[in-house]
Amino acid sequence: MSDKLRFHYEVSGEDFTRAGEASSDLKAKLKLMGASPEVVRKVAICMYEGEINMVIHACGGVIDVTISPADILLELKDVGPGIPDIEKAMQEGYSTASENIRSLGFGAGMGLSNMKKYSDEMKIDTVLGVGTTVTMRINM
Amino acid sequence: MKTYKLFENLGYEILNKGEDRLVSGVYCCDLLSVAMSKGKENAAWVTVMSNVNTVAVCTLVDMSCIVLADGSSVDEAMLEKAKEHNVCVMRSKLPVFETAKEIFDTLNLFGDRLEEYCD
Repeated sequence: MSDKLRFHYEVSGEDFTRAGEASSDLKAKLKLMGASPEVVRKVAICMYEGEINMVIHACGGVIDVTISPADILLELKDVGPGIPDIEKAMQEGYSTASENIRSLGFGAGMGLSNMKKYSDEMKIDTVLGVGTTVTMRINM
Repeated sequence: MKTYKLFENLGYEILNKGEDRLVSGVYCCDLLSVAMSKGKENAAWVTVMSNVNTVAVCTLVDMSCIVLADGSSVDEAMLEKAKEHNVCVMRSKLPVFETAKEIFDTLNLFGDRLEEYCD
């Protein structure tokens, strides 16, 4: 039998009132499982930034979480516009968020760099007009 | 010091009571991604950014409470979310720096007797 736990989340697009729900849920689960506070914090940051990106840029998407004794794998998949220039998007401070989004406190251009910083491994697969999949691994 | 003791001392408006948590410091920021990355556990978060996402970031980073500075207006959705997640939200009329300083000074004042105020 597999010793892996899997969770699936649907993130609805443009719904800011629910953005962060998936992250909160996962955080609560990890706490219950007794993951260390540092791991919980790293996962919460990575997942929340990814969730917000999906809402802002891609009209939502799905998140699959796999928890094993060694690590936590987050796979965030959307069918949004894709990222034209990943290198640029990864730069701290670079953002394509609208004025409206900025007025809500987002668009600081920290999302992807936070995800990179707090995950132990991050991979972005993106195809313009097709969508983006971000995979992050956080070691236990 | 716990949150209720804190707002009792400072006379802030309580918008949502939430959980009475330990407050061990102050953190100020309005950009949510920055707060997400730099916010400190158990800190009172002073900000003028008042929306549902402020509550989400507060819970994810495990900050103690949200203190809306400058008399920031607050919408129903934010209060709903705060109720749902049991987050304490207060409001101060002073600007961010003055609010943060006031909290910081209060924490320092009660610093030595922190334990008895946490009971």
